[in-house]
Amino acid sequence: MFDSLSDRLQGVLGDLRKRGTLDEEAISRAMREIRLALLEADVNFAVVKDFVAQVRERAHGQDVLKSLTPGQQVVKIVHEELTALMGAGASGLAFAGRAPTVILLAGLQGSGKTTAAAKLALFLRKEKRKAFLIAADLQRPAAIDQLEQLGEQIQIPVYTRRDSSDPVAVARAGIEECVRQGCDVAIVDTAGRLHVDEEMMAQLAAVKDAVKPHNVLLVLDAMTGQEAVTVAEAFADRVDFDGVVMTKLDGDARGGAALSVKAVTGKPIKFVSVGEKLDQLELFHPERMASRILGMGDVLSLIERAEQAVAVDEQAEMEERMLRGQFSFEDFLRTYKMMRKMGSLKGLLGMIPGLGSQLKDAEVDEKQLARVEAVVLSMTLEERRRPGTIDGKRRLRIAKGSGTTVQQVNQVLEMRRQMERMLKQMNTGKGPRLPGAGGTARPARRSSSARRKRRRR
Amino acid sequence: MSRTWSELLGEPEEPAEAEEERRGFFSRLRESLGKSRRALVGELAAAAFDPGDDGAWERLEEALIAGDVGVCATAELVRRLEARVKILDLGEALAEEIAVLMDQQVTFDLSGRPSVILVVGVNGTGKTTTIGKLARVLHQHGRSVLVAAADTYRAAAEEQLQIWAERARADFVGGEKGGDPAAVAFDAIEAAMARGREIVIVDTAGRLHTQTNLMEELIKVRRVIAAKLEGAPHETLLVIDATTGQNGLQQARLFTEAVGVTGVVLTKLDGSAKGGVAVAIAYELGLPVKLIGLGEQLDDLRPFDPGDFAQALVRG
Repeated sequence: MFDSLSDRLQGVLGDLRKRGTLDEEAISRAMREIRLALLEADVNFAVVKDFVAQVRERAHGQDVLKSLTPGQQVVKIVHEELTALMGAGASGLAFAGRAPTVILLAGLQGSGKTTAAAKLALFLRKEKRKAFLIAADLQRPAAIDQLEQLGEQIQIPVYTRRDSSDPVAVARAGIEECVRQGCDVAIVDTAGRLHVDEEMMAQLAAVKDAVKPHNVLLVLDAMTGQEAVTVAEAFADRVDFDGVVMTKLDGDARGGAALSVKAVTGKPIKFVSVGEKLDQLELFHPERMASRILGMGDVLSLIERAEQAVAVDEQAEMEERMLRGQFSFEDFLRTYKMMRKMGSLKGLLGMIPGLGSQLKDAEVDEKQLARVEAVVLSMTLEERRRPGTIDGKRRLRIAKGSGTTVQQVNQVLEMRRQMERMLKQMNTGKGPRLPGAGGTARPARRSSSARRKRRRR
Repeated sequence: MSRTWSELLGEPEEPAEAEEERRGFFSRLRESLGKSRRALVGELAAAAFDPGDDGAWERLEEALIAGDVGVCATAELVRRLEARVKILDLGEALAEEIAVLMDQQVTFDLSGRPSVILVVGVNGTGKTTTIGKLARVLHQHGRSVLVAAADTYRAAAEEQLQIWAERARADFVGGEKGGDPAAVAFDAIEAAMARGREIVIVDTAGRLHTQTNLMEELIKVRRVIAAKLEGAPHETLLVIDATTGQNGLQQARLFTEAVGVTGVVLTKLDGSAKGGVAVAIAYELGLPVKLIGLGEQLDDLRPFDPGDFAQALVRG
């Protein structure tokens, strides 16, 4: 449902070559598109207003007026401004001169504090720190059990007190225990609370006073809407948090709340949680978040995930074969398996700039992928390497072997051909074209240059 | 217009009692939604609305956007207001239009023996809490309830539901951690049939609608339920956090595609969030809100009433 902003701006500003000048009306229309895109991404409306005013000013500059592709120029400006705004004042965690460093997690119910606590502990261990978890959420039924079980999974000690209903006392005692066990970072998990709940907010402030944290982190759901601003302001008022952990970014939320919170409170996003697995916590990258908010795809994340999924030498080998224009069924299957490892096909394709907006019409059948594997595995090695040899008789055999029909085998053969074509186009810097989506994707520029950068390393 | 539990559950009721329940609830909803600093049209209504003033329309749009109503539904509401010949009271007119957008015939199908209610949603929206409260209400209305912990993924999810089940005096069926959630649902229905329980509520693990494998798992849960008992699940409720922005639309869209959602439960309306995304969901997908959650207490779950909701949204 979301057209990427660059497509829409191109529509509004793209006919500049015909007109010759960029008039006030065209700029106003472009600003309207930016406003809508940001609102659809859940950026707070007041923040949007200020932001658009800022962009409008820059859009009057020479680089836009002279450009043959003003749409692209304006997108670039918007992207730069977003990145600058979200990235300003970014910093990692603060560590105490004398252990233990204390991290206090706070947030609304269901934002993901308990999971974030465990993820943070694991993250810290990778940084060679000894983390210690304190279960000070005494409100939600079984919250203590949850943290205990998570701690067990990742082998991090957890402090619990089931007989107490006083989070201040539990947090304080937990930190003493952290010192006793020789750990250097104590992470305090607290109960979820509404920012309008005076009593609970006072309790949180009391916990903060008692444990004197070096870092107070607000845990915020990436799906939060316009209220993100009100929530963040209330927590900033009462506990003056230092930064934000943004959770559930593995979904398709555009995450405009990240911008809102930064703009209103000045507090940076420090971490993002990108999956259910406990090692899926990453440092925040403003540039990627800007792309995400604008629906421009997230090429860097895509590349990173691909790198994790495929061994390095395998990558080089595959790339080389592709450049020679050979794309065997073995490559095809490897690509397919890599995609499975990386996540859903639709999600992956959505990360490619320019493809996101085409995808809304292209049906991606996830089940088909399982059939594909069966078909390829029913081919002989010779057939996989030289797809040209697969004649009618062989197709029938493959269909029988894989429990599919000849039509389905044909589909797989056609898929390989299309993928090969697509990859060749990507290599030559033309945008990929999805069958049935109509129109060549334009801004593959970012993707190919990012890829080139990677290759040089 | 008023909706009470008795009405939703299709029971005869004492009118006086219902009126009292409704009044108490309305003031609470208003109080909750009013906690936000900005009433939706508070500032607008103070000055006389001039339909000729573009600025006034823009402020109205902003007010709706600020309530998470979203760009499309906002445009529709503005279009409807513009079509009116005369607007005497902007707030009243707006509330009327919102109520019209959201007013759908809301039923709650408990015709099965047992009736199965499947509860789904993304992580952290309050599925387990909602089930605890729903079980309690149904118990109070004389129905025998069994809850099934088919969230075998999240640490301590089963313990959490078990505590709620005790509070609500419902039977409880759990499964092994990491086990097959469909099997838990199957066992639960079987147990309910054997024990003659009237209602089975199935809790599922929170999952993002974009996680293909987890959505496949959910489809399987539904398929197993449907195969075990004809006509089941009778209700499939999608729990959405009122704090959610426009992503709520995607949630509703994809969960409906996967498991045929029959209604939305809008939770956490006791914060300052107004839950405007429910207007967008009703307008764009035609999916009704059936229940709303107003807090953490057992009796904080209520049937949804579009008129009350619209008034509270607009008036603050």
